[in-house]
Amino acid sequence: MKKRKKTKRVIPYFGLSMGVTISMLSVIVLIPLASLVIYTAQMSWQDIWEAITRSRVMASYRVSFLTALAASAINAVMGVILAWVLVRYKFPFKRILDGMIELPFALPTAVAGIALTSLTADTGIIGGFFSKLGISIAYTPIGITVALVFIGIPFVVRAVQPVLEKLDPVYEEAAGVMGASRVRIFWKIIFPEILPSVLTGFGLAFGRCLGEYGSVVFIAGNKPFETEITPLVIMSELQEYDYASATAIALVMLVASFLVLFLVNLVQARNTKILTGGR
Amino acid sequence: MKNKSVKKILASVLALSVIGVSALAFAGCQKADTSNDSKVKITNVSYDPTRELYESYNKAFAKHWKEKTGQEVEVTQSHGGSGKQALEVANGLEADVVTLALEYDVNAVRDAGLIEDGWVSEFDNDSSPYTSTIVFLVRKGNPKNIKDWDDLVKSGVGVITPNPKTSGGARWNYLAAWAYADKKYNGDESKIEDFVKKLYKNVLVLDSGARGATTSFVENGQGDVLLAWENEAYLSLKDYPNDYEIITPSISILAQPSVAVVDSVVDDRGTRKVATEYLQYLYSDEAQKIAAENYYRPYNKDILKQYSNVFDLDINLVTIKDFGGWDNAQKTHFADGGVFDKIYEGK
Amino acid sequence: MHEETKGSKILKWILIGVSLLFVVLMLVLPLVTVITEALKSGWQVFWQAVSDEYTVDAILLTLEATGFAVLINTVFGVFAAWAITKFRFKGKKLLTTLIDLPVTVSPVIAGLIFVLTFGRQSPLYPVLQALDIKIIFAVPGIILATVFVTFPFISRELIPVLESQGTDEEEAAALMGAKGTTIFRKITFPHIKWAFLYGVVLCAARAMGEFGAVSVISGHLRGKTNTLPLHVEILFNEFKYVPAFAVSAILVIMAVVILIIRSVVEYKGKKES
Repeated sequence: MKKRKKTKRVIPYFGLSMGVTISMLSVIVLIPLASLVIYTAQMSWQDIWEAITRSRVMASYRVSFLTALAASAINAVMGVILAWVLVRYKFPFKRILDGMIELPFALPTAVAGIALTSLTADTGIIGGFFSKLGISIAYTPIGITVALVFIGIPFVVRAVQPVLEKLDPVYEEAAGVMGASRVRIFWKIIFPEILPSVLTGFGLAFGRCLGEYGSVVFIAGNKPFETEITPLVIMSELQEYDYASATAIALVMLVASFLVLFLVNLVQARNTKILTGGR
Repeated sequence: MKNKSVKKILASVLALSVIGVSALAFAGCQKADTSNDSKVKITNVSYDPTRELYESYNKAFAKHWKEKTGQEVEVTQSHGGSGKQALEVANGLEADVVTLALEYDVNAVRDAGLIEDGWVSEFDNDSSPYTSTIVFLVRKGNPKNIKDWDDLVKSGVGVITPNPKTSGGARWNYLAAWAYADKKYNGDESKIEDFVKKLYKNVLVLDSGARGATTSFVENGQGDVLLAWENEAYLSLKDYPNDYEIITPSISILAQPSVAVVDSVVDDRGTRKVATEYLQYLYSDEAQKIAAENYYRPYNKDILKQYSNVFDLDINLVTIKDFGGWDNAQKTHFADGGVFDKIYEGK
Repeated sequence: MHEETKGSKILKWILIGVSLLFVVLMLVLPLVTVITEALKSGWQVFWQAVSDEYTVDAILLTLEATGFAVLINTVFGVFAAWAITKFRFKGKKLLTTLIDLPVTVSPVIAGLIFVLTFGRQSPLYPVLQALDIKIIFAVPGIILATVFVTFPFISRELIPVLESQGTDEEEAAALMGAKGTTIFRKITFPHIKWAFLYGVVLCAARAMGEFGAVSVISGHLRGKTNTLPLHVEILFNEFKYVPAFAVSAILVIMAVVILIIRSVVEYKGKKES
């Protein structure tokens, strides 16, 4: 490792690029985030513990976590299918489909929430269909999941797509010639290659969904213990001018998203090592 | 080699920080105020459904101020959830005046040290130039036959109201229901609590704000009755005259939006005179009529009577004083672990 | 591509069908809802809402914030991707995690941290006040919040491409005595061109639509600190349902324009090569 380090430094601008990276990271991300820690540190441990484990807050963690998990799982599956279709197949409207993927980013989350709610309420087009089957979407955890799927889809597609594009079809063809079934080819050859990117996309989508606020408040119904998400609890603490509790709960969420990302990066790094091990 | 790169890192960190800070400083300075003798700018931080009210009022006031002093006045408006707006002023949003949904929110600005004690008595009628109340909005023909608060706790009635924890305005809704039960059960706490609990059991959607609740009720067809401020109910009625009716319950609460001059800001900017006059003029006949036209009940009794075809004047209104003031009501009902939390925890 | 068998053809169309259904239900229908609501009361109401002076102010501010976000994040993204992929150092995983963090931080928290850092409770506040610098509840705060939420978008697109490309070519060039800027321009940039374009588009799209964080930090001063999404929120809260959707439609149109530009650039570029 150490030996390699020296040879790697042949390329110029290490100091400059690290310097720029770290200083911008500090000013824009780290210092503001540190203020959250400093503010929470003014509380005693007991107060912090009480603020973050109240039964209503605990219930909101559960709602946020489960809906985010469900939504990111759906996104992981749909994201791979979409990326696959966009990279491997030719069909009409493909370019339009490709272009649509980023739209959830551009639509303000609140507008997305209002639009999705009016579609999935009992009176809406989609909601009306499902309400005949006895399923209501808006104002239930299913509604939250729908909003989160909307928010998270670009992450997986855009993570997987470039990797699939780079993937050389030679191996698949070879395997196909040798008589391997398509399912086998997918699981044995393609899936391991795209897995790190799927995980990255999943992790990013999951983290983003955990914290999503704007679209969810409209579709959730916001009933305590049932459909109340953690960001909403933070908002209501702020409304009560209870900064201390708000920052404590915010810190819990921050740690959660940090852990998710760190895990994703670990898996990704391990995979990269395996993939580039031969080089 | 290693030392050199560390030095380089440090050097570029320093250089960039300087660039960053000066860029921000430059951007910050650009926004400096330009008040002079011929023109003055003030900022009014208000809550959501007052936009039209203040749009008309600002024009009237500009005319009045020009006639009085010969100076132009430009008012910048900010609208948002009342509690959030108060929080932003407390955090440094430069407001010359605040015109919020309830006294408690203005107190939050006072507690931050920006408004002096005793602001409530600075203007007439506890510094509320216009008031409102809580009414029911039901669907046309009133299919569930909802007449009073009692009908809201019946099974099968779907109620829409915002969450009092996140919406300042919704606290009035909750307190109005409480006031009714208080009268009905003669102050028996456990029965009142039961009544309110039953009511919130019937709540289908607990939106985070008044407008979200209206959307759930009007656009998405949820529930049978919307608890709303009178002025907001009239706004919905104006948009959809054939779809809804307003029902006035036998007892409701006098919702008093509060106005105050933000002392530390006006002293800093030298705008005390115009800011004070801005709020004082809200009590003039002209402004009171503007308030009534925007469905707020004017403080001036004579003008209120002129609009008796709009407002139900027989309604029995309790006030926040019956709850021992806002600080008290907040602590008992809405704070963490208060009565409202118990309603949902008991499940 | 290998020959399509009958089975693979069926699979192909099933997958395409599933994708189209998903996109139509999840992405197209909400957009159609926005546009139909915007035009519910006719073109005139739509045009009135769109040409309102506060709407125009909001459009300009949104463009300003988006421009800054793209600019700042481009600078950051290029340097960060270079540092992370071309060198080995300790703490790389931690660094990449920290860079990704803003995407997953709740917008509510993103706004809150800037209020805590620069607001009246902050130890920095007296200093800023003395220098007459306004950050939160003013344009710099909006730019900061926008940069924050889009922070990793460009670096994230560049890193995987640079990683898979390896460092051999740059090393060779460096050993032959090429200057750093030349290496970047001649060797690295052609590889990351398309990833870079993706990144800029993502960043711009997300910056335009950012709502939560900016909402906490803006102060909602009309004509001064209202971005388009905030203007939508205000119109909506003021019981102006149709104008709110009309203004949202502007955002949709802006996004579509950006995405079309990207497609055209990409198409032409790939054709040339």
